[in-house]
Amino acid sequence: MTALGVAAPERLADLKRRLPTGARLHFSVLALVLVVMAFLPLVVPESALPVAIRTLVFAIMAVGWNLMSGYGGMFSFGHAAFFGVGAYTNAYLLTAFGVSPWIGMIVGAGLSAGVGVLIAYLCLKYKLAGSYFALATFAFAQMFLLVTLNMEFLNKSEGINIPLLPEESWSMLQFDQGSLYYYWIPLVLLGVAVAVSISFVYSRPGQFAQAIRDDPTAAESLGIKVMKYRLIPVALSCAVTAVAGAFYTQYYLFIGPDQAFGLHVSTDAIIPAVIGGIGTIWGPLIGAAVIGPLSAVVAGFLRDPPPFLEFLYGTSGLDIAIYAILLILIVVFLPKGIYGTIRERRRK
Amino acid sequence: MLTTERGRIVLGLFAITVLGIAAVYLFGGKDSNLVTQTVVTGLLLGGVYVLVSLGLTLIFGVLGIVNFAQGAMLAMAMYLVYFMVSSAGINPYLAVVLSAPIMFGFGWLVQSTLMNRLITDVGHSRPLLVTLGLSLLISNTLLMIFGGRPLNVPSPYAGSVQILGAIADVPRIIAFVGAVIVAGGLIVILRKSPLGLAIRAVAANGTGASLVGVNVKRIYAMTFGLGAASVGVAGGLLAPFTSLVPSAGDQFTTLAFVIVVLGGLGSVPGALVGGIFIGLLQTVGSLFLPGSGPLLLVFGMFVLVLFLRPQGLFGANK
Repeated sequence: MTALGVAAPERLADLKRRLPTGARLHFSVLALVLVVMAFLPLVVPESALPVAIRTLVFAIMAVGWNLMSGYGGMFSFGHAAFFGVGAYTNAYLLTAFGVSPWIGMIVGAGLSAGVGVLIAYLCLKYKLAGSYFALATFAFAQMFLLVTLNMEFLNKSEGINIPLLPEESWSMLQFDQGSLYYYWIPLVLLGVAVAVSISFVYSRPGQFAQAIRDDPTAAESLGIKVMKYRLIPVALSCAVTAVAGAFYTQYYLFIGPDQAFGLHVSTDAIIPAVIGGIGTIWGPLIGAAVIGPLSAVVAGFLRDPPPFLEFLYGTSGLDIAIYAILLILIVVFLPKGIYGTIRERRRK
Repeated sequence: MLTTERGRIVLGLFAITVLGIAAVYLFGGKDSNLVTQTVVTGLLLGGVYVLVSLGLTLIFGVLGIVNFAQGAMLAMAMYLVYFMVSSAGINPYLAVVLSAPIMFGFGWLVQSTLMNRLITDVGHSRPLLVTLGLSLLISNTLLMIFGGRPLNVPSPYAGSVQILGAIADVPRIIAFVGAVIVAGGLIVILRKSPLGLAIRAVAANGTGASLVGVNVKRIYAMTFGLGAASVGVAGGLLAPFTSLVPSAGDQFTTLAFVIVVLGGLGSVPGALVGGIFIGLLQTVGSLFLPGSGPLLLVFGMFVLVLFLRPQGLFGANK
């Protein structure tokens, strides 16, 4: 929390007592949210399941992005690179060597963290900040897209299909279509991602990373190793996003260059976090819960529009247009996002 | 100081381009007619890139805004021209003249209603997010109005001519000439008019400019407007040889950033030479590299320039 940065010395002892309480509170809320969410499929219609699953994938990506860009203060505009590395690692290991997706997920997360650390290290070494950092990460994601398009072993533009198994298999992470495991697994993954976030934010490296975000010069003068504590959130962020990619591949049984590295993948990771609240634990989840179902709601609405909106019948693009307006309004008028603003109001 | 720095960028890029082409002719081991054709195609493609980058260099260079909506604004201008041509039946090149002021108004409105609220932001991420939202909003509004089917604007001057034994499309030549004219016009506005003086003052030092009585927010709005108007012209000149879909502009957004960073932020001559350089790099590169290799080359160069010389290839050290 930024509160640490402004705390007077005499309140430090007080803060030390209070911080773990904060973490404990977040963990209890997380447990409660997970339990409630676990029962969600039993009350909503079955047709809503794919929407819920997509929302969970958005949420995992946004939680990942938030670690690097919200808490680390390095605005990534290329999280597609890390999502794609996770997705392709899983797909390649599975189709070429028959490796279990669970292992593929872990390998992908590690690889993605390595790639992310390398990119961020180069950007930070050459002192890219603000817009330039964003542009560089964006360029890297585009390069990954182009490289994939030229790679024979990744099937070029055709992408990789995950072979369909004759029966359900836990070890190969494949279930019948419409199986609730496809909902519960990303839910657990999201829970792990949020738990990682909470532990990081309240840990010593997490506090250092936030201090560097708020004032790198001051942090360095206090003896914090700036480069090291900037790269830790980057590694965590990329690993979490890669896990979302690996699950995505398993659920859709397909990954192609555009689904993995397209610009829209990067924005899918950014927008929920921005709408919910950058640099907060719950912001990315709230943002995903708003954005995820939006397309389905708008599509349902357009199937049976009220008379004065009759002219919209059968058009496409309205869902993203609404989402874009929401994004613009929130960035301009509620820069702390939905959750960030509520939290601030409550504190006053 | 500023003029010599920019002069170096322009001259340096120009020299690399000429030397590179000479090297391809002498040592490339390709048929010289093929090389000539590639160079002409590359020059004309470069003209298209110049058109798109001119607006961006103003917006990115003066306002420091990473305008992700540049490509969407380009598509918007193309549809504007399409609408005028198909509904009123006017000449597409006359429609260009009409679409430029409309786009100026749009840009002015965006900056004065939305972006000016964010100029105190230190991280630069909020303006970027707003332009990202704007880009999604524009392309999806176009999708809702015109649908996703490709449309085209017929050019009254279709056909091709021979240049040095190479074939060149007339609409592309017109676009190239248009790029040079727009660049010239922007240079005159920036160097000779009071508005240009104010823009340069704000770009150099916003606080200082406001102290001597420049209305900074108004200048920001005018600059964004000018940038949008250049895109308006670009869209109109590109429409006759582009298959019109709502995402038609997206491919240009990234390339425009490459060109603007390469040519030096806010430098109109830099965008001119940078655009032609990238156009040539892409087409001449395709002689030697398969598939999307040339584009990869362009991005690789972009990252190198960002890392090593963010002030532009030949800019002075600061």
